[in-house]
Order: sequence, then C-alpha cells, then structure tokens
Amino acid sequence: MAWFRRKKEGIRTKTEDKKEIPDGLWNHCKRCKNSVTSKEHKANKYVCLSCDYHDRISAQQYFEILYDNEQYEELFADLAPVDVLNFSDKRPYKKRLELAQDKTKKKDALQVGFGKMNGIPLVTAAMDFKFIGGSMGAVVGQKIALAIDHAIAQKAPFLIISKSGGARMMESAFSLMQMAKTAAKLTQLSEAKLPFISLLTDPTTGGVSASFAMLGDMNIAEPNALIGFAGPRVIRETIKRDLPEGFQTSEFLLEHGFLDLIVERENLKEKLTELYSHMI
Amino acid sequence: MIFLDFERPIADIYDRIVQLEEIGNAEDIDVSPAIAELKEKLEQKKQEIYGTLSRWQKVQLSRHPERPYTLFYIENMCSSFTELHGDRQHGDDKAIVGGFGSLDGRSVMMIGHQKGVDTKSRQYRNFGMANPEGYRKALRLMKLAEKFNKPIICLIDTPGAYPGIEAEQRGQAEAIARNLYEMVNLKVPIICAVIGEGASGGALGIGVGNRILMLENTWYSVISPESCSSILWGNWEHKEQAAEQLQLTAEDMKRFGLVDTIVPEPLGGAHHDALLMADTLKNQLIATLDELAELSDNELRDQRINKFSSMGHYEVMS
Ligand SMILES: [Zn+2]
Repeated sequence: MAWFRRKKEGIRTKTEDKKEIPDGLWNHCKRCKNSVTSKEHKANKYVCLSCDYHDRISAQQYFEILYDNEQYEELFADLAPVDVLNFSDKRPYKKRLELAQDKTKKKDALQVGFGKMNGIPLVTAAMDFKFIGGSMGAVVGQKIALAIDHAIAQKAPFLIISKSGGARMMESAFSLMQMAKTAAKLTQLSEAKLPFISLLTDPTTGGVSASFAMLGDMNIAEPNALIGFAGPRVIRETIKRDLPEGFQTSEFLLEHGFLDLIVERENLKEKLTELYSHMI
Repeated sequence: MIFLDFERPIADIYDRIVQLEEIGNAEDIDVSPAIAELKEKLEQKKQEIYGTLSRWQKVQLSRHPERPYTLFYIENMCSSFTELHGDRQHGDDKAIVGGFGSLDGRSVMMIGHQKGVDTKSRQYRNFGMANPEGYRKALRLMKLAEKFNKPIICLIDTPGAYPGIEAEQRGQAEAIARNLYEMVNLKVPIICAVIGEGASGGALGIGVGNRILMLENTWYSVISPESCSSILWGNWEHKEQAAEQLQLTAEDMKRFGLVDTIVPEPLGGAHHDALLMADTLKNQLIATLDELAELSDNELRDQRINKFSSMGHYEVMS
C-alpha cells in the first residue's frame, strides 16, 4: 500500500486525496517479515532496518525522498494511454488500463517530477511497478521525451528511476519503438551537455534495461535489485539449468562492469547531489 | 520444396504433377494436357491460399526453413563482399555478420542477423540469436562505415537476442541500448530491412535507420506470438490469436506508420524465387540510398530523431 503525504506548499494534481499515515498501521518486510509501523517505515525510506530490503515504492515516494521539503511539481500528468490495437488477451487491454488506473490513481506507469534537490533543479522520471508491471508503452516513452525537453529548456539535470518488467506487450511494436524513441531523445540531452543519471531499482528488465536505463552518464542501482535483459524464467527455460546465486542482481551487474555504483536508498539524495555537482 | 501445414492443397497438386510427369516419361503417354490443367489449378490454388494469408501464416512463412538469409542476399546483391569479424572485446558472434560490400558500384556496410540452413549451421549461427558481442561487432562496423562516409544497410532476421547466462554477464541490455543510441547519432544513411523475423530488442538493436523496409511476409513485434501467448494466456496454444492481436505483419506496420516500405515477395514467399527476391530487394535498397544521398549529416540524424520520436499514440486527459 502506497501512502502519499503532502505538504500544503506542494503543487500536485487535483485528483489525489490528501492522506496522513494513521498511527498503528504496520508494515511487514516482504523478505524477513520484520514489522515496523508505517510511520517508521516511511522514516526509514521504506527500507527494512533488519535485512536492508528495499521495498518497491511509487514514483511519488521517490519524489518525496529526493525533493527538498517534499516539494515538487508533477509534469505531464494528463497524458493517458490509448488502445490503438484494440488489444485483447484473456481480458481487454482497456480493462487492464482501467484496473491499473483505479489501483494507482495514475494514468500510466511513469510520472515526471520537477523540483529542487539540495537546491539543484532536477527533472525526475520515475516508474510505478504497480501499473501493469511498470511496463513501457507510448505514454511512458512520450513522458520521458517531454521530460527531456523540459530538462533542456530548464537547463536542469535529468534522472530516470526505472522499475519495470520491460515493454508493454499490449502496445506491440509501438511499445518496442519507445526503446528507440527514448534513446533518440537522450542524444539531444547529451548534446545539451546536461547530466543524466539512470537509477535502476527492483526490477529493471527487458526493453527498459535495453534502452534508457543502461544509457546513463552514470548507471547506479539500489542494492539487490533484479536487473537484466531476459527474465530469469526465460533464461532457465532456454539453457535448461539453474541460474547461479546472485545472478542478475545489482551486485552482479556492478561486478561485471555495467553499474557505476550501488547506493542505499538512505544515502540516495546525498549521493545524487554529489554526483550531479561534478557534472553541472 | 518444404511445404507448411496450410500449403497442403498446393503440395498435393505438385505431387500429382510430378506423378504424371513420371508416368509420361515411363510409358510414352502424352500427359501434357493433364499437366497443363493441373498447373492452371495450381496457380489458382496459390492465388487463393497466398492471397488470404492470416497473420500467423505470414509468421510461418517468415520462418520457412528454405527462406533466404542475410548472406544469401549479400552474395546475390553485392558484386563483391568481404566479411569482417569480431567485436575487438570478446569474440566473433556468428549470429550477426557484416562487412563492406559493393552494391550497384558503391561501397556499403552490409550487416545482418544470420541463421543456419541445416541442423549443424543452425547451431553454429545460434538460430540467429545474437549475444552482446554480435551487437558490439555491428556497432564497430557501423562506426567504421561512418569514418569513411559509407552508408549502412542492416538486414533484420532474428527470433530475439539470446537469453543466456553469458549474454547477461557480458551486458546484453547495455549492448542493445548502446546500439540504439549510437545508431541515432551516426552521420551516414542507415537503411534497415526486415527479411524474416523481427523480434523485439534483438531486432531493434540493428534497427534504428532513416528508412525501415519490410519484406511482405515478415513480422516485427515487441515479442513473438508464442511468448506472448505463454505470458498472457498462460500457455503456447494461443499463438495464432496472439499474432492477430499483436498486428505484427509488414502490412500492419506500414498501416501504423512504423515502417516506410513493404518489399513485395514472389508468390508463396521469398524462397519460391530467392534470386528474384534478392533482385527486388536490391533495387529497393538502391532507390532508397538515392533518396538519402542528398541529406547532410545533421539532416540524417535529425530525421532519425524525428522519425522515432513521433512513434506512439496517447491522449491528453485532464
Ligand atoms: Zn526485512
């Protein structure tokens, strides 16, 4: 369950409800089952103090962690998906979208925030795993494209927080082409000499890992996130044997040279501030 | 000739023609009127079956075991070609080939996925599923072409990038991502043509071009119909339905504005007259090269950025 606490100064979309965390609600760690109050869980940035499990959190929760005084502007929130293919499997894509929108109160799987992080203006595009597995369709691609345009216009550094199973099948080749679209837009950001840090969180796979998530000036990750091109199940079925322990974790990617560093969420804001300070 | 399940009626007529010819040879009977009649029937049947192919049937044709692959096209389109090997980092991937060739008297960098033609070579080519070093070799060759101001032609034909332990260790995701980014920036014309299967990131990894062509009986999608069926329906039985839902044929892709040109195939598929197919593709590539020849470095780059940036539909809702 995601909670959004908002300061009165914050500029947000009107549709969200104002919620305070009630006392006495408990969070149970998904890995070690350790219980803390939801208030403490938020204070710990949704990381388990006993086993360091980094809970999968929403775009809003990242924005609140990163932006000063939890103040930021949400951009392009009115962009919504369209079912061009009229796609239907066991259930129509339109229905899947409705359910995801009801569950998350978001129109699609990526939100863009703009605000200050330790005084540095920062555009952040962050994915929501709860919205159809954080899958990338045309809205995700377009929001990244617009976020890059905004960063260029504001001369602001750029951050993408990835949390996605990959491209969204129900948008077929349109979703595939978002890989090329986002990569193309990143060349413009690069030409403007604005820094782009890619933060990979649990999980980042498929078409997301094989496009913008791997294209940061720096690629960083939260601890123990699943990161890879092919999913573990597909690999297991292909090679017909078990996968080595720790395969496709953040630590595995760091060891093989695909990440610059792993950052605890506790230190994320300060570390990002330090890294950006060298590139602006 | 190998026939697919839906080609059964055509295969039956072929068989009867062959039988009649044998009888004619052995017994000195004039079978030519009967054969002529059968041949007419054959043409009718072909028009009937190939004129109304379902999406799944086109997927089957794109994978036909006798279908021409990249090296066949290169050999038959280019007056000379020398394959260049290796990514200079890890090894030489056999599932992606490339090198300078001479097409209509001009130097071009030819790159493509390569499948095998028999059991042994299929394994050698890893069924056209590239590892990271394949994408890195392709990028090395593209940069080489850029350095000497030569256009790049990429032939796409893969069931996907290889999902293996070593592929992940060596950064399959990074290799594909890097190619997307670098291909946008290259200062020379890039033409990509789907000649068989265009599956997912493994296809797009050599697929960012100024012009995208698709042969008539090929497909391009974010996922194969089988994998889509497996994930969304929970089994492999809905692959035909998945193909319909994914709308993955050349015709679909052209309708969506995601590719530029459909290259017609001989009736029944590229393998029915592979030389004619190579000739048709060659002419289309030359015409497309001519179209792009006028553009400057920046115009080529901007064209790719604009092309891919405009892909995808969404609406604005308050
Ligand atoms: Zn725990």
